[in-house]
Amino acid sequence: MEPVIRIRGLRTQFGDQVVHENLDLDVRQGEILGIVGGSGTGKSVLLRTIIGLNHPAAGTIEVFGQNLAEVSPAERLAVEQRWGVLFQDGALFSSLTVAQNIEVPMKEHLGMPARLRDEIAALKIAMVGLPPEAGSKYPSELSGGMRKRAGLARSLALDPDLIFLDEPTAGLDPIGAANFDQLIRRLADNLGLTVFMVTHDLDSLNAICDRIAVLAEKHVMVVGPMVEMLRHEHPWLREYFHGPRARAARPQAQERAQEIGNEMEVKLNGD
Amino acid sequence: MTEGWVKVEAGGGEELLLQVGGIWDARNVTRLDPQLRGLGPAANITLDLSQLERLDTAGAWLLFRTLKEYRNRGGRAEVTGLTTSIEAMLEQVAANDTPAEIEPPRPNALRAMVEDVGGGAVDVVIEAKQQIAFLGLLLETLARSIRHPSRLRLVPLVHHMEQVGFNALPIVGLISFLIGVVLAYQGATQLQRFGAEIFVVNLIAVSVLREIAILLTAIVVAGRSGSAFTAEIGSMVVNEEVDAMRTLGLDPMEVLVLPRVLALVITLPLLAFFADMMGLFGGMLMCWGALDISPALFLERLQDAVSPWSFWVGIIKAPFFAFLIAMVGCLEGLRVTRSAESVGQQTTRSVVTSIFLVIVVDALFSIFFATVGV
Ligand SMILES: Nc1ncnc2c1ncn2[C@@H]1O[C@H](COP(=O)(O)OP(=O)(O)OP(=O)(O)O)[C@@H](O)[C@H]1O
Ligand SMILES: [Mg+2]
Repeated sequence: MEPVIRIRGLRTQFGDQVVHENLDLDVRQGEILGIVGGSGTGKSVLLRTIIGLNHPAAGTIEVFGQNLAEVSPAERLAVEQRWGVLFQDGALFSSLTVAQNIEVPMKEHLGMPARLRDEIAALKIAMVGLPPEAGSKYPSELSGGMRKRAGLARSLALDPDLIFLDEPTAGLDPIGAANFDQLIRRLADNLGLTVFMVTHDLDSLNAICDRIAVLAEKHVMVVGPMVEMLRHEHPWLREYFHGPRARAARPQAQERAQEIGNEMEVKLNGD
Repeated sequence: MTEGWVKVEAGGGEELLLQVGGIWDARNVTRLDPQLRGLGPAANITLDLSQLERLDTAGAWLLFRTLKEYRNRGGRAEVTGLTTSIEAMLEQVAANDTPAEIEPPRPNALRAMVEDVGGGAVDVVIEAKQQIAFLGLLLETLARSIRHPSRLRLVPLVHHMEQVGFNALPIVGLISFLIGVVLAYQGATQLQRFGAEIFVVNLIAVSVLREIAILLTAIVVAGRSGSAFTAEIGSMVVNEEVDAMRTLGLDPMEVLVLPRVLALVITLPLLAFFADMMGLFGGMLMCWGALDISPALFLERLQDAVSPWSFWVGIIKAPFFAFLIAMVGCLEGLRVTRSAESVGQQTTRSVVTSIFLVIVVDALFSIFFATVGV
């Protein structure tokens, strides 16, 4: 099947500073791809470049088979409606309540009537695990984790096919983070959602990512499932996946993966 | 793949059978929503989903809502032709069916109006109090800095002097020059009727030096720099930078406010002087061109017409105006709450308040100077 995102020979730079050089990456339909890499290796920049907020100096990026640098504004808009983005710090509109934030894309792009918008906004608020009162709050009245959830709810407003998440679980409590992981996994399974996720959260990587792409030395050094990462010999990878925090995270994560597996089985058998 | 559709397969009577098919996603629900509201009086409903090609949460919500409506009425609601993925979707929606608040509750219109008026009045008092408190704090910080001059932040001070003073030279100069020209022209046409053109020099000199140059400069600076102070400090408040500063033991009054206030207090008199010169220059050129009053004659008349006090009356006001503009600009910046909208509101407020205060203080100065007779 054709990949949802195909990047070839990408080069991005700010002035003299080259962030990516000759970077190739495919994101497959329906997978959750985790992007890891040290701070400042250009994960956020890569995300911004794919969604068109940065212009690449060279190379091509195709999303849903279309090269966004070449399409007409109308085609571009059509593609933009098929993806959702959660920025690193939520990026909610501060003059709108959470519910109104979620309604923005429904109103702008689909012209939904107000009543239906309110209903669907309430659904998304519940889906991301926010309490119903949060809907009428302004972003400045929310905690960091709640802003993240609200941002996710907004990125899911149009039920996108592809979703970009920049460190979604950073700043969440461990229970919240685990719920968030499962939420994303469930959405991916039920909606056939493709997820491009920048994260440093080893639990998330373990529990929900189908594949992991490692950004280092200005390009994607390795891509593959977790087991492959654990086997890899590169010193940085060894330190990342076998460091003290990784050792602490792994057994739990495996248990949890097991739990999720069990849950699913129960569900399937129950039906 | 086909667009989402819904068909009444068997209606009438107690049983309603709906056939649902195609793509039911966010892009289709606007069209499908009205078709599912008010389906009629049947008691029981059956949805046949066997031809559904794709369902997302928005579509699932419509189906779920319809089923729920019948169930709540005490009827039977059934679904046939389910696949596991569609069922999972419906379950997911069912699990998250909790109505949320959309907006903070709004009081009724009359009450809101009364509240607005009352709130506005209280705000004026609060703001006046804050301004006085802020003035005190500012003076205290100033006194501290005078006692320990080493705490004064020289680099920001010079930076702000460049921003508010040097960079304002072109616009202040141009406006004053044009006002000089206009005054000369208007004055001349009136005074010519009495054959008293030569007095146009007095008119220009007195009005430019005493009032117009400084007032215009203050207004331009309030619009240009007062608003910039508010927006700069306000965005820092939004980003929690000011809070961060406090936790690092830095006093925002000392770091942010004082350099801006001092920069303006130092540069506004200089700008006013520059505006005086440009205004007179504009008047002189106009007199020469339109009235045949040569520059030499103009300067001679000028010396007769104005006492040094005319000049000083204008310049003395400058530091006071500067202090007001900078103080209001910084205070409104610090009053920003954590939203982008509030930065805009406070910036508008800062400009309006500072221009208002400048004019009030100018009036007080006029009374004062009239009383002491200069
Ligand atoms: N707008 C910009 N102008 C100049 N340089 C930039 C800009 N944005 C990012 N950079 C540089 O690009 C590099 C990559 O930044 P990026 O934000 O992608 O890091 P990251 O991998 O997301 O790190 P983190 O894990 O800390 O979020 C950094 O060195 C940064 O300084
Ligand atoms: Mg980043």
